[in-house]
Amino acid sequence: MAIPTDTLQQQEVKLSREEIQRYSRHLIMPEVGMEGQLKLKRARVLTIGTGGLGAPLGLYLAAAGVGHLGLVDFDVVDSSNLQRQVTFTTADVGKPKSEAAKARLSALNPAIDIVSYETRLTSENALELFRDYDIIVDGTDNFPTRFLVNDASVLLGKPNVYGSIFRFEGQATVFGYPGGPCYRCLYPEPPPPGLVPSCAEGGVLGVLPGIVGSIQAMETIKLILGAGEPLVGRLLLFDALAMRFRELKLKRSPDCPMCGEHRTITKLIDYEEFCGIRGEEAPAMTDGIPEITATELKRRQDRGEKLFILDVREPHEYQICNLNGKLIPLGELPRRVNELDSSVEMVVHCRSGKRSADAIHFLQTAGFKKLWNLKGGVLAWADEVDPRMPKY
Amino acid sequence: MAVKVMIPTPLRQFTGKQSSIECGAATVGEALGSLTDTFSDLRKHLFTDDGKIRSFVNVYLNDEDIRFLDKENTRTKDGDTISIVPSIAGGSEPCPKTVSESKRFKV
Repeated sequence: MAIPTDTLQQQEVKLSREEIQRYSRHLIMPEVGMEGQLKLKRARVLTIGTGGLGAPLGLYLAAAGVGHLGLVDFDVVDSSNLQRQVTFTTADVGKPKSEAAKARLSALNPAIDIVSYETRLTSENALELFRDYDIIVDGTDNFPTRFLVNDASVLLGKPNVYGSIFRFEGQATVFGYPGGPCYRCLYPEPPPPGLVPSCAEGGVLGVLPGIVGSIQAMETIKLILGAGEPLVGRLLLFDALAMRFRELKLKRSPDCPMCGEHRTITKLIDYEEFCGIRGEEAPAMTDGIPEITATELKRRQDRGEKLFILDVREPHEYQICNLNGKLIPLGELPRRVNELDSSVEMVVHCRSGKRSADAIHFLQTAGFKKLWNLKGGVLAWADEVDPRMPKY
Repeated sequence: MAVKVMIPTPLRQFTGKQSSIECGAATVGEALGSLTDTFSDLRKHLFTDDGKIRSFVNVYLNDEDIRFLDKENTRTKDGDTISIVPSIAGGSEPCPKTVSESKRFKV
């Protein structure tokens, strides 16, 4: 079941004395052995994203002796990453992630070749980046890039080791394996922005990407070794709270626009547009929704004006910081709208202004007229009015 | 027929945080209909305005995708499990922080 790559077979490589010692626990396993370890050394793996999933991935692939690792990430390390992105240390905050990850992985295993790409993955550079690698590992965090990674992998005939997480739930599988399904067989289209709960339900348990990323690392190594049964045609679902794994069958869809019999996609497209994100660019924020800035709100409050504050975040967010508003989470608003008085002027806010815009849309359809969206949410309040307020 | 519908994390906010719901139904469509009758906020997340299952929501009867069975008309047996599998994208950051940031290609 080994992946059909030329590089794994042809290159003449040997292990040094130090490498034999380093990989001795692999070498004494019949499933790996010298032959397997040399396959690992010849292998070329590109990881997209060095964040939560990319952290265990990079660490385990480097430790296992994968000879050529590419790390794609354009972001910089933020202190809020450290809760789960275990490649990085506090001293890395502010550094480019791809560079910090490369330094950490090189320290772990100086014998391997690591290339960092401090760039966004785009339709323009994806094929060129992917071409030099045998296996692509998707550790990204958004729909446009996931569709891009899938399409570029299918176009080049490379396996795409997939993992994704949400709060305490994870999914993993291998797409793009010869004869197996691709991401679009499972999800032909992305969810429209706004329909899938995002920020309101955001957050992730730090250990979860560690587990799902480790599963991706294991599948990557199995593909390289040609050992065991790859996670192809099976979607692994993991519920960390219940500590339960389940498995669903994934089939190649005959109608798949990417890998089906009548494929309609033959080149990379504009994935932001495809995911409806461009269309959302001028959303609701200004479109018929009156905005008030944090500074203006403070000024009016200081003048003694009675403005009703509605906070549409979740209770646990309210505990972090709040503006003493009435808390009705966005998801509960339709049911609890009768708790609100449409005759009073109301300022609606959330963390950054997105959920409150959705709330105002809803309230407008329910007949409310005196509405303001707090521009930039509590984040803007912390920036403009109260620097002591914690940002999250 | 008593069937169990497994609710994925992103949709549990619409089911009073319950991770699974038991209901009586002879087909997958009936089970989902009964579910969205009980939890009406869930409807727009599962169905389009004309009542079709949304293309980014996958529904499984036990471990089989109903698209490859008889879709919504797939018949259920006592003790079957229906799973709703929505697409999730998280990996690095928990979610796009703002609308303007969400259009970045974060990798």
